[in-house]
Amino acid sequence: MTTAEAAGPDIAVPVLSLAQLSLSFGGLRALSELDLTVGDCEIVSLIGPNGAGKTTVFNVVTGVYEPSSGDVRFAGQSIAGHEPHKIADLGIARTFQSLRLFMNMSVIDNVMAATYGGTRATPVESVLRLPWARREERRARELAEEILSFFGQRLAGYRWDQPAYSLSYANRRRLEIARALATKPRLLLLDEPAAGMNPAETHEITELIGQLREERNVAILVIEHDMHVVAGCSDRVIALDHGVKIAEGDFDTVANHPAVVEAYMGRDPEALAESG
Amino acid sequence: MSGEALPPPTGGEVGPLGAAPLGAPQLSGPQVGADEWVARHGQRREYLPSWLGQAQQALDRVGWWPRLAIAAIAGAVLPMLGLGGFQLQVGIDALVIALLAVGLNIVVGSAGMLDLGYVAFFGFGAYAFALLSSAKIGAHGIHLTSVLSVPIVMLGAGVLGLLVGLPSRRLVGDYLAIVTLFFGEAFVEFTNNVAPGVLGGPNGIVGIDTIHGLGYQLTTNKSYYYLLVVLLVATMAVLRLLDTSRTGRAWRAVREDPLAAASMTIPVDRVKLMAFAFGAMVAALAGTIFAAQQISVFPTDFDTPILILVYAGLILGGAGSIAGAATGALVVMVIYDGLLRSPTDSGYLFYGLIVLAVLAKLRPWRRLALVVVATVALGFAAHAIARAISASWVAGGPQSTGLLGQALRNWVIVPASPQTAGNIGFVVLICMLIALVQLKGRWRTLLLVPTIYLASFVWETVLSANPSVTRQLMIGAILIVMMNARPQGLLGARRVEVAT
Repeated sequence: MTTAEAAGPDIAVPVLSLAQLSLSFGGLRALSELDLTVGDCEIVSLIGPNGAGKTTVFNVVTGVYEPSSGDVRFAGQSIAGHEPHKIADLGIARTFQSLRLFMNMSVIDNVMAATYGGTRATPVESVLRLPWARREERRARELAEEILSFFGQRLAGYRWDQPAYSLSYANRRRLEIARALATKPRLLLLDEPAAGMNPAETHEITELIGQLREERNVAILVIEHDMHVVAGCSDRVIALDHGVKIAEGDFDTVANHPAVVEAYMGRDPEALAESG
Repeated sequence: MSGEALPPPTGGEVGPLGAAPLGAPQLSGPQVGADEWVARHGQRREYLPSWLGQAQQALDRVGWWPRLAIAAIAGAVLPMLGLGGFQLQVGIDALVIALLAVGLNIVVGSAGMLDLGYVAFFGFGAYAFALLSSAKIGAHGIHLTSVLSVPIVMLGAGVLGLLVGLPSRRLVGDYLAIVTLFFGEAFVEFTNNVAPGVLGGPNGIVGIDTIHGLGYQLTTNKSYYYLLVVLLVATMAVLRLLDTSRTGRAWRAVREDPLAAASMTIPVDRVKLMAFAFGAMVAALAGTIFAAQQISVFPTDFDTPILILVYAGLILGGAGSIAGAATGALVVMVIYDGLLRSPTDSGYLFYGLIVLAVLAKLRPWRRLALVVVATVALGFAAHAIARAISASWVAGGPQSTGLLGQALRNWVIVPASPQTAGNIGFVVLICMLIALVQLKGRWRTLLLVPTIYLASFVWETVLSANPSVTRQLMIGAILIVMMNARPQGLLGARRVEVAT
């Protein structure tokens, strides 16, 4: 197990650690020799311009892609190349940048579907409605209701039996987070949770991310373009560009890091003239 | 920055739309009610306006299980109303197709896999049962009691489903459809050509035992009808229990978005294989009863026409809904096999559909009345003119008999030799229907009158005389109307297509 290099004082064992992780698609190097750790109950933000490889990191961690080289460790165990559903079972849940809800299923079914890995009843046991299969089903429903209640008014009870497609955009984003929580994760990967939200909703999301850590004891790795969210919730910020880590540290350090400014803004023409 | 720097999660910040802050306790106030009212808008729109909508709502309040019980009782009472041999056979065929549709619904409706080889499992069930219950194997044949043979055949079909699913599980959409279609055709070729000594080739297997065991033997059609009602209701109940369990949710999740499902702990491949296996088992069950009732099986019994009927039923009833699949299949089969075989019954259906469509779609009432009066008048006038010109022009008389025939006798023109005129009329009718779709407003109303009359003319001259062609056309027409009026099917839930 690698030790956390840039760990804060409250971080002992990294939940997630990527070591020298590289991924190539043919000649295109999407990630190169990336080192990244997320400590227990830590909130880490991943920033970078479009195409920097942020979502690719998520896809490698959740098993959608197999890394070309390097290792992905979850709580000390190597998970590189495992199947996505097994990784989810271990305790890594994610949301998607472009929402991927089960649109034609009810709100509660969306959340309950994610309890599949945490339940055991076989089809025959479910059909016979054996006592323990019933109990398991009831517990799954209670978990789903409890998670949905976490979102208060937004996903209130009368919405539970409505199809997911009837929800507003912001509520769909909330439901995706709720669904991810139902897998009982230790690490939550949020892919642009505030994308397309208005300022009030963005503020809510920032609060929510903090609350998730406090109340549900999850570590969170969040990709976000909205710097209010990044500044408001992160313990640590990591900046990527072209698949390479260009800066790491607290928000102010990273936001003012020359490499980050350059990645977002391009080079200062005067500086270019001087160097060139 | 650390977590402590977060703004406190209290109710200070209220968004511009009066949004309550997250994590706040459940507030109750007028805007909550309004919010709920707005959120329920879509639900309310599902219902038709006026008393029809209220009837729908009342029906919806009856739970799933009471409705199944009512349907079962209706099915049990039906033969007591004095069904003839033909009607009973239609009922049996319809129930077999309904059982198939309910099984197909697992694969297509729940798990979202377009399986076009489904009928092969039906055929497998029938052939396997035939081999276990006839003189084909061994010196004296195996005449296994049905209490054993039916479950054995079902288990075998489940295994076959897994074997077919194994290579197909990574295929989606078009590729899965074409590969399974090949499998379906391969089954027909297999039974036609392989081991003719056992499978009988095109001559099939005859002399199959009826369903027997535990000292009982089912021989009459009525007993098969009741057996099928019981099996259909039992299968629907089992599938309902499965559908509302974690397995059913996993199927639907895989249908909606396989990647998201995998990320939410669902083993996509295994879940797909389970759907294949369960679908195959239900199909095989239908096959065993079919073989036992027919006492014979032939390769042509398991060819594409059956597949089309099962799919027509599933789509008409609403894929994804168990009750819809069964209802759709029963409706399709009763129309296709029952009504459309006799000219008079199919005539009632034909004119009934026209009248219903006109009544439902034509508004205001003045226009509706105008069209009805004009159509009736046009018919009598045309008939009178035709008779004045030559008596042979109206010498044919309508195909429909009974009351309907009486009503139409002096209205629709049927020449003595109707074939040529009917064929020309058919082509003209198609052109007029296309024109009708293109036109708008007054001109459409105007064209509607001769179109209805011509449709009736074509029906009485050629269509009702060729039921084997006409019933295909009618099922197609019903599906087209259904797609426009209610794309989710009779009992299906409205779905959105998700673009990914």
